[in-house]
Amino acid sequence: MIEKALRGSSRYWTWLGILAIFIGIGTFCYVRQFLIGQGLTGMGRDLGWGLYISQFTFLVGVAAGGLMLVLPYYVHDFKAFGRITVLGEFLAIPALVMCLLFIIVDIGQPLRAMNMILHPTPNSMLFWDMCVLLTYLFLNLICSWVILTAERKEVAPPKWIYIFVYISIPMAVSIHTVTAMLYCGLPGHEFWLSAITAPRFLASAFAAGPIIIVLACLLMKRIANFDAGKEAINKILTIIIYAALINAFFVCMEFFVAYYSTIPGHMHSLDYLFFGIEEHGVMYNNLVPFMWTSVFLCFGGLIVLAWLKLSKKVMTDAADWIIAAGCLAVFLSLFIDKGLGFVLGGLAITPFDTVVEYYPTVNEIGITIGIWAVGIFMVTVLYKLAVDVEHEVEE
Amino acid sequence: MDTKRRTFLKAAGVAALAGISAPAVSKLAEASASAVPAVAENSGGTAGKMRYGMVIDMRKLYDRPDIQEKMAAACRYVHNIPTFDDPKSEIKWIWSAPYEQAFPEQSSTHNADVIEESQFILLCNHCDNPPCVRVCPTQATFKMEHNGIVAMDYHRCIGCRFCMMACPYGARSFNWFEPRPHIAQEINPEFPTRMRGVVEKCNFCAERLARGEKPACQVAAAEVGAIYFGDLNDPESEVRKVLAENPTIQRKPNLGTKPSVFYIV
Repeated sequence: MIEKALRGSSRYWTWLGILAIFIGIGTFCYVRQFLIGQGLTGMGRDLGWGLYISQFTFLVGVAAGGLMLVLPYYVHDFKAFGRITVLGEFLAIPALVMCLLFIIVDIGQPLRAMNMILHPTPNSMLFWDMCVLLTYLFLNLICSWVILTAERKEVAPPKWIYIFVYISIPMAVSIHTVTAMLYCGLPGHEFWLSAITAPRFLASAFAAGPIIIVLACLLMKRIANFDAGKEAINKILTIIIYAALINAFFVCMEFFVAYYSTIPGHMHSLDYLFFGIEEHGVMYNNLVPFMWTSVFLCFGGLIVLAWLKLSKKVMTDAADWIIAAGCLAVFLSLFIDKGLGFVLGGLAITPFDTVVEYYPTVNEIGITIGIWAVGIFMVTVLYKLAVDVEHEVEE
Repeated sequence: MDTKRRTFLKAAGVAALAGISAPAVSKLAEASASAVPAVAENSGGTAGKMRYGMVIDMRKLYDRPDIQEKMAAACRYVHNIPTFDDPKSEIKWIWSAPYEQAFPEQSSTHNADVIEESQFILLCNHCDNPPCVRVCPTQATFKMEHNGIVAMDYHRCIGCRFCMMACPYGARSFNWFEPRPHIAQEINPEFPTRMRGVVEKCNFCAERLARGEKPACQVAAAEVGAIYFGDLNDPESEVRKVLAENPTIQRKPNLGTKPSVFYIV
């Protein structure tokens, strides 16, 4: 099946070529970091994590988001998702690879990474996170491959594969739950010590993951002659709207608890993220514009999507562009909310109750872009494979 | 022929996976077998075992930034700690900070002038319930069973910095750059230098205690006698007597970490 990825239009190759350039830049930046040290990043003594871990956290969510296609199709037999369920799995695989890459570039001694396996430590959530991420990666590889192969041969998938499909459903929930638990063993950071962290992660994941699939479907409809079907898109939009609303509700609850209790530790991170903190005459507010952008994009995008659905315009072809715009707005909002705000908001307040602002360096951003390019490269290749198989079956 | 190759590749894949995970599974089995008595011991508390602790008499250090610097310098020499100008890359084992940074959860309204104006000595608290040990994925940081010191294995640390995030006292430093060229003082051949990409922190001078010596900061502060050090589990020890006679505070006791460093303010 892999040979399908090796035959494509010049547009396909140009796109992969552009991505390869970014991967090259990322690799160059990483070699520099590997040789000189993590000091090349914007992280520091009182700011131990940064862009890498925040991207990791966000992408675990993207990987888990595929569940919103797998669950309706396999458990509720929602037939309209039949054509695109494999896209959910093919999104999870690159997202997980990106997660692992972000961990590798984050750790100071990557050559010792195997110590995690040589000295397994069940009381560390990082150990469990590794276990569930690798298991989920394996499940997605095997499920997507076996099911796509069966589809290509136009036979029913073998029965045993459904065992793995059903295991992958709780696994998708667990990867993001355990990732949230990473933040729960850190008593110095009250912003993260919230029981709502894992549910909030899941809600935003179940919006962000499906959004990528909608955007990919709309794109492939124009350039690859692949139509996911109006009913499928319409249903995913329902899922996205509800998931994003639940996420917004959870964020509002965080606000309420902090500002009604007025406990400083609970308020500080939100103060820093949304209003800025003044300390010894210095104003720390570099994330404030991002966070308010996130708020407006979230509600703006949701209003557009809800209007499309209420006015029934969502089923028309003309709606595609508006769907794309609405989805993109919500996606960016969630990316800022979790990919920047959650991690950096908790980080900025040090154990000494001082504020340290984080500015990623060019080298660090280069590595981050390189890893995103790896992910997009993989998504391109895998989605091309899936679409080509569909076309072959149709012929 | 082709199917045979497929079967072989599949079998090889499964075998490789099993091979990679085998050490983890066997280690885990060992760990769970040995974990049973350990849990039983812990449930009885730490009584009967040694637990090193420190009392810092701040009254003798309020007007003495020189002594505080002497303590930090002694530690720097003994442990080959590098010096970085950029606070972002700093390595700190023992250092001085204002009251509101040292005790952010205590009220800082209407404090005595001497508290407002002085610096407090900060170091690793060698907690009885250390969050850094809980989160470390490789057991590179661990509590020494026989004396309660929270120690580091610099050769096992993968540099994930999870322990730095977990420490509510900011006691841990990461080697953002190669530390050896930044060791400004003479090298102490009796203690290893570290490499880039690993975490380090105060070790209560475990290597000196093993030789029967006192912690370097205690020796440096000896002229004012500001540091008491000893076994917190021994009711007859000097630290316990000082603790019994003086009201003391700990940093962030509400987090349940049970710090082993006490302050007389």
